[in-house]
Amino acid sequence: MKQFFTFVRKEFLHVFRDPKTLLMLFGIPVAQILLFGFALTNEIKNSKIVIVDYAKDVASQQLIEKIRGSAYFELQETLMSHEQIEESFRSGHIKLALVIPANFSDDLAHLNHAQIQVLADASDPNTATALTNYISSIVNDYQSAMIATRQLPLRIIPEIRMLYNPQLKGATNFVPGVMSLVMMLVCVMMTAVSIVREKELGTMEILLVSPFQPILVVISKAIPYLFLSLVNLTTILLLSVFLLELPINGSLFLLYAESTLFILTCLSIGLLISNLTNSQQAAMMFSLMGMLLPTLLFTGFMFPIENMPVPLQVFSNIVPSRWYYIIVKSVMIKGLGLEQIWKETLILFGMLLFFIVLSIKSFKVRLT
Amino acid sequence: MRTIRFLLEKEFRQIFRNKSILPMIFVMPIIQLLILPLAANYEIKNISIAVVDHDHSSYSQKLISKITASGYFKLAGYNASYNQALKQVEQDKADLILEIPSGFEKNLVREDQQKVFIASNAINGIKANLGTAYLGNIIRNFNSEIRMDWIQPTRFNPMPVVEIASSNWYNPFMNYYFFMVPGILVILVTMIAGYMSALNIVKEKEIGTIEQINVTPIKKYHFILGKLIPFWVLGMVVFTIGMLVSWLIYGIIPLGNIALLYGFLAVYLLAVLGFGLLVSTYSETQQQAMSIAFFFVMIFNLMGGLYTPVDSMPEWARFISKAIPVTYFVDVMRMIVLKGSEFHNITTHLVAILIIAVVLNTWAIINYRKTSS
Repeated sequence: MKQFFTFVRKEFLHVFRDPKTLLMLFGIPVAQILLFGFALTNEIKNSKIVIVDYAKDVASQQLIEKIRGSAYFELQETLMSHEQIEESFRSGHIKLALVIPANFSDDLAHLNHAQIQVLADASDPNTATALTNYISSIVNDYQSAMIATRQLPLRIIPEIRMLYNPQLKGATNFVPGVMSLVMMLVCVMMTAVSIVREKELGTMEILLVSPFQPILVVISKAIPYLFLSLVNLTTILLLSVFLLELPINGSLFLLYAESTLFILTCLSIGLLISNLTNSQQAAMMFSLMGMLLPTLLFTGFMFPIENMPVPLQVFSNIVPSRWYYIIVKSVMIKGLGLEQIWKETLILFGMLLFFIVLSIKSFKVRLT
Repeated sequence: MRTIRFLLEKEFRQIFRNKSILPMIFVMPIIQLLILPLAANYEIKNISIAVVDHDHSSYSQKLISKITASGYFKLAGYNASYNQALKQVEQDKADLILEIPSGFEKNLVREDQQKVFIASNAINGIKANLGTAYLGNIIRNFNSEIRMDWIQPTRFNPMPVVEIASSNWYNPFMNYYFFMVPGILVILVTMIAGYMSALNIVKEKEIGTIEQINVTPIKKYHFILGKLIPFWVLGMVVFTIGMLVSWLIYGIIPLGNIALLYGFLAVYLLAVLGFGLLVSTYSETQQQAMSIAFFFVMIFNLMGGLYTPVDSMPEWARFISKAIPVTYFVDVMRMIVLKGSEFHNITTHLVAILIIAVVLNTWAIINYRKTSS
């Protein structure tokens, strides 16, 4: 046991001797939480649109005023031909064009029916749909304002409550997501590379011939990263509470316990990768190319998993961060307890066992 | 010239000798292009709704069947109470709760108005917003149908209607792949060219071979060109494979000029390779290089406008994304491939990427001299 602690100490010294790596270990999560917590949003706003107003009368001006008042758009108002609209789309200057025909008010006044044309740049289908929806609801409001003088009978009034996130902050969703993403990648890569490095530099052989259980060599390598990851977790939580003003509604202890479970799972994946690869470069490419994008996709915080084809939905089940993301959301945001997340916890625990057994089995005592 | 030729020969040999890296360069992009677009779909559909119907009247039944028939909603189940429905939300089995109070039909007819309650899981604000908007629309339509049933005279006194005729340009069937595939290809090319060049130079540092090269009469710029050209070629090849895959699998044929696309790619790769070079000048070990590269690529990935629109970000974040080469190429790819944009449409992008390329490479070369002398 004393030997073991000596090894752990050695590994800590290794990590701390390299301030650049250390800085990165801490810098990455902090910078990413800040950037993504503040900057990323799936919401579509500030989109540049153009209104081509052929009518130029009171009714069209009223409608335009209403649109101008919305935060979703950045309005440009010019008279354009259809060719000019196309040119603007192609240069990426605008996302949507609203064309108000010359006879707009006349039609509205006399026929009670007028038409406006919405042209959307659907090369981005999401933005196109959202912007068309926004315009429609503004036009709807405009319509209701026109008939507001007449009190409508038989009204059904929907009363809406936004649970957990009444201000609809993007961070509420992104912070748990980025937490799972960053922790997973940092843990996996760092362990994977640190062990392969000993192989590559030839120091692994020295460790293996020492009178010390080989598996303990590996475990002692993982311990500093467990410690660092917990520190990282703390930093992320502090940032999200004090800077992003997110609540921690559930038990902090539970959050840490679940996170430790998750970190251990990631570390064991890192061990597995390092057992399977022979060069740092291979280990890195494997962790980065093989893990970055799948983790980003299948964690579920950016792309709804239920939209994916069934085989991918099935695949997403083996991505540990997916379960951790559910756990963080449940504990941190929804304030639930262990009795509601025991299933996810059990799955992570199963994964941990699986990867540990697999990495021990694949651990080669002899180097070729 | 001869020196560079020999150096290139050495570099290419080194790349092709590595049996574990090579498949990753060629097979990974194909696999990722096949899988990612299927997964990166954030079209919001299939919103699950938990219904609490205290009324059990014909109106409440009609409303519920209208909701389930709309195509947007999936019924997560009927619940006896709000708390039971909330449990479904807690377990992520429902996104929305619709509670119809008892006396719904009676009050609506007698008192001319009635509330219904909607609660939405707003952890994902967008989904909550859209879900409630869809639901609100359905309720509004249902409402006007009831009105039509009860009040005939409205037919003779129609309300003014502004009809919206919308058309979707460049992608009339709203195919999500057309949007995602070109963008994902950009990230793949960036990752491969960026990582490979960063790691490759650091590797020589770490092993010590860079010292040997430094003492030979090889000039610094020879060495750097020898390092950059192979990865530039590699980037071109990966991009071409990607374009073929997107044509064969997704039927994406660039609407615009392909030569223009490759012209932009050529400059773009210089910027990415400059990034790789810069990373390698700042790091001593492959581990460091990888961490730095990873950090930036992650930011490129998420802030380059691939997944979330740049316009929606706050001002300062838009400023950052302007400094990211990926932003420009993602945009240009989508413009040329989907909209058939021409040279004069992308000149600002081209100028921006040229500036980034010059800055990164100059910075890298200055820094490189300092550290290795």
